[in-house]
Amino acid sequence: MSIIEGTSENFEKEVLKSDKPVLVDFNASWCPPCQALHPTLEAMADESNDYKIVTVDVDDEAALAEEYDVSSIPCLIAFIDGKEADRRVGLQPRKRLEKMLGVK
Amino acid sequence: MYDVIIIGGGPAGLTAAIYARRANLKTLVLEATACGGQIIITPDIENYPAAMHISGLDFASRLESQANELGAEIKFEEVTGLNDRGVEKEVYTDSGSYTGKAVIIATGTKPRKLGLIGEDELIGHGVSYCATCDGSFYRGRVVAVNGGGNTALDDALFLSNIAEKVYLIHRRDEFRGDAETVEKLKAKENVELVLNSNVTKLDYDKKLNSIEVTDVNGATRKLDVAALFIAIGRMPATEAFADKITMLDGGYIDGEYCHTNMPGIFVAGDCRNKEVRQLVTATADGAVAVHEVLKLLNK
Repeated sequence: MSIIEGTSENFEKEVLKSDKPVLVDFNASWCPPCQALHPTLEAMADESNDYKIVTVDVDDEAALAEEYDVSSIPCLIAFIDGKEADRRVGLQPRKRLEKMLGVK
Repeated sequence: MYDVIIIGGGPAGLTAAIYARRANLKTLVLEATACGGQIIITPDIENYPAAMHISGLDFASRLESQANELGAEIKFEEVTGLNDRGVEKEVYTDSGSYTGKAVIIATGTKPRKLGLIGEDELIGHGVSYCATCDGSFYRGRVVAVNGGGNTALDDALFLSNIAEKVYLIHRRDEFRGDAETVEKLKAKENVELVLNSNVTKLDYDKKLNSIEVTDVNGATRKLDVAALFIAIGRMPATEAFADKITMLDGGYIDGEYCHTNMPGIFVAGDCRNKEVRQLVTATADGAVAVHEVLKLLNK
């Protein structure tokens, strides 16, 4: 599966009502660690169908960033059954991201 | 079995990978998150010979491509420890283990923490170690920067263009960083220098509300800030090896010619004890470490 671009329009459908765990990556084009993290997220999205990866640009989607109280990026939030299950800030190892999503 | 396992995909580790591959060594690089390390947040590198201007992110990506093109294997796994079994060294990661004839530790440094209660849980809620990453969330707010080196000064200057007001808190009365930047900061109306002072307490519920600073005479002052940017230096990311490798106080690995106390295990880059930590000394370490690996393997 490929990465889904999250917006206030599709957030409910793609994240809150998803039947799979979802990792939401709040990021911005001017944030170097966010860009450095992107290949990891791409590889995860390509290689697994067990979860979804959604990226949210905090400049384009300021309301979403505010709603989820994001004030440090990259901010990675795992949603399981539509609820926030875990949250991490900054570059993370892939294994830790998968763990957040409940992957063993 | 690999000829050499390099722990860390920053400038030192990837340069070591380039030299190792050019010497035809079977080479594995283990990187926890993304190649480049600390350099990726540098917007413009101006002091690397012949590169003129290049962003840290571009530099990292070119380095990664170069190592890849030469045939180095790069795996994104976090190293948790190592074991010396004589001729074979075993490196453990979050996903498995690998054996090599030699190991180069090039894990670099990470931001030093203040060690205050609440600091960890406030990361992402008012405490930050990266002003260029998080500054724009505090547009029009009051923020503080703690530190006296170039990172702190640059952070304060950057934030002064975004925030309503910036307190720059430093434990001494003079800054270690560039005098020129200090002058620029002094000329800014919305920057207040809080000198001879340390941050001693974080006041928060879910988010940071204010900080307490204490000066050298013991007088305290409460500063209402939405964010505290901590730039009080860096510390080596070497704790995974502390049970095996001899280190100086603070965790730097002492090693002339990139040797450690254990034969076959080498150290390169910012986590090595040295006076000058620059991109150019990191890459130089990578080359020196591989030269020493080759001496060992050709014995």
